[in-house]
Amino acid sequence: MNPWVTFKVALRALLRNKTRSGLTMLGIVIGVSAVIAMVAIGEGAKVKVAQAFDAMGTNLLIVMSGSTQGGGMRGGAGTMPTLTWGDLASVRTEVSSVKYAAPVCQTGASIQSDEQNWTTMIVGTSLDYFAIRNWAIDKGALFSQADIDSGSKVLVMGTTVAEKLYGAGVDPTGRTIRVRGSPFQIVGLLTSKGQSPMGQDYDDAVVMPVTTFRAKIQGGLAQYIPGVVFVGATSSKTTSRAQRDIEDLLRDRHHLQPGIESDFSIRNLSELAGASQQGTQVMTSLLAAVAAVSLLVGGIGIMNILLVSVTERTREIGVRMAIGAKPRTILAQFLVEALTLAVMGGVVGIGLGIFVAQRLAASFQWPLLIRGDIIVLAVGFSAAIGIGFGLYPAWKASRLDPIDALRYE
Amino acid sequence: MATGEQPIEPNVLLRLDGVTKVYSLGDGVEVHALRGVSLTVHTGEFVAVMGASGSGKSTLMSLLGCLDRPTSGAYFLEGRDVSRLSRNELADVRNRTMGFVFQSFNLLSRTSAKENVELPLLYAGASTKVRKERAMEALGRVGLADRSNHHPNQLSGGQQQRVAIARALVNQPRILLADEPTGNLDSRTSIEIMALFQELGRSGITVVVVTHEPDIAAYATRVVMMRDGRVVDDHRQVPLAAVVPPATVEDVEGGVLAGGAP
Ligand SMILES: Nc1ncnc2c1ncn2[C@@H]1O[C@H](COP(=O)(O)OP(=O)(O)OP(=O)(O)O)[C@@H](O)[C@H]1O
Ligand SMILES: [Mg+2]
Repeated sequence: MNPWVTFKVALRALLRNKTRSGLTMLGIVIGVSAVIAMVAIGEGAKVKVAQAFDAMGTNLLIVMSGSTQGGGMRGGAGTMPTLTWGDLASVRTEVSSVKYAAPVCQTGASIQSDEQNWTTMIVGTSLDYFAIRNWAIDKGALFSQADIDSGSKVLVMGTTVAEKLYGAGVDPTGRTIRVRGSPFQIVGLLTSKGQSPMGQDYDDAVVMPVTTFRAKIQGGLAQYIPGVVFVGATSSKTTSRAQRDIEDLLRDRHHLQPGIESDFSIRNLSELAGASQQGTQVMTSLLAAVAAVSLLVGGIGIMNILLVSVTERTREIGVRMAIGAKPRTILAQFLVEALTLAVMGGVVGIGLGIFVAQRLAASFQWPLLIRGDIIVLAVGFSAAIGIGFGLYPAWKASRLDPIDALRYE
Repeated sequence: MATGEQPIEPNVLLRLDGVTKVYSLGDGVEVHALRGVSLTVHTGEFVAVMGASGSGKSTLMSLLGCLDRPTSGAYFLEGRDVSRLSRNELADVRNRTMGFVFQSFNLLSRTSAKENVELPLLYAGASTKVRKERAMEALGRVGLADRSNHHPNQLSGGQQQRVAIARALVNQPRILLADEPTGNLDSRTSIEIMALFQELGRSGITVVVVTHEPDIAAYATRVVMMRDGRVVDDHRQVPLAAVVPPATVEDVEGGVLAGGAP
């Protein structure tokens, strides 16, 4: 009997019991859609985390005053500053694997427009900062090197701040706001960057020349940088080398003997990103494993139903054998029944899985990532389950003795 | 006469030679269902097998139908020894040579009469077109062409049995084997079935029927009596012509054999 006829016979048998076939398929539908949706969620989370780290800056190293234990992103609050402007210049010019280096001084402060006031982060830095962080200007212009040299009272504004002060969609460039009592001109509006991996809003900040920051916002010792240094390595491959080179250079400049702990620390953001990626990878695998178990349960459901069906259809099998069905024809019919259930369940499951993944991606605002290989894998797996779990019932059916089967009550 | 070459005798369709069948029930308990049956059946014969319950009639039928193999002895079917064939080979022999009719009809439920009748052709590998044509032809032969789309639960017992007969005939078998085909039918419907069998006999199909009722056996051309797994009597007779009594109003619905006697 040719495969197409076998398929038609199997399909007819399945259609004779639509409810049961549908319910059996449901197990596979749920399993396959769960696998697809879970993997899509995991992949989406991974990309989301990667995007968040990209937003912090590419190939980013952060050099901080104080040892590894002390300080933090805020620029070593509570620690004595140890990084000098000379250190910054050396790192920027003398280390070959370093492309950019910028001082980053920041403090929280209240700023006032004519009608509103808003407490936000004030950042004082140089032009390299925008290159390291891939942060572009949306409206207006960036302040210039001349502004930095002269300490002009200008700043560029993050979108959240602009929204809070002037409302959504309003271009704030050209307006004047007061920071710590001094009037500042808004020269540019930054593009939106979204949230940090820790959920902090990058756009809730204003950025001004570091010279202005020191003169008007927060002073400090002339020689030392009252904050941290952001370093952009030449490429993602050179970040680790840049880290070692900077370490060596600064230890040398600070005259630290071997064995003495450094009075500064360097954070490698790509390592942090890697660790975070690993976390989401583990999550993805876990979700996929749970989904795979449900697929397995679906397979056992198929076996269960087919076993019942073989018993229930014993007489039918006897009749089919009496009129000329060979044992292997019966085996093929039941196998194809199992395979049809599994593959149809798989196909419906793909549809449902993609639908669920879409809804989840939309509600989490994640990118939708349907992996083609996972779809192929899920359907292949459900087909394998169909054959694997269909084999035993089908074999049982084919071993039936026609006389016994015909006599079966 | 033993194994080996079977002398080709004209018109001999099948020949059993000292066939026995022993069922083992485990623990050394054995049931001797057949204790050496020798039987020759010619083409076109209408044989009625009779005997008390447990005498081995059904066992004999399943051996004749190649549903099972004898414990010992030989079975020549159209000159070929089929007593030692494999399960797959027996399936082929059944498909090409046999038609079965059972006491309990054994139609596939929730499946139309036409699809039930098509089934043997499906296993024979016939094309869709041939299947449709032959199934309709067979249903026409049993007078049920107008019921081809009905499911078994929409048919009377007599109609179901006629669908089963159509299914048995659709592959143009040499032998039709019927184990108590009228056991579940009233006498009027039984006579209709017998008329149908007699017609088949005239068209060259050999019919073997197991029955408990002498009235039914009277329509056969030959009666084989069994007792305790042995044939105790075997005689030919002039068959009674199966004439269906005039139909009452309700019987018209049941459907009288299409075409009737030639
Ligand atoms: N599969 C089997 N296993 C064991 N014993 C069996 C089997 N089939 C039949 N027998 C035994 O073989 C003997 C003959 O049985 P068979 O069914 O051929 O009788 P029968 O003449 O058809 O009877 P009935 O008129 O009641 O149908 C019985 O004693 C029965 O118990
Ligand atoms: Mg019997």
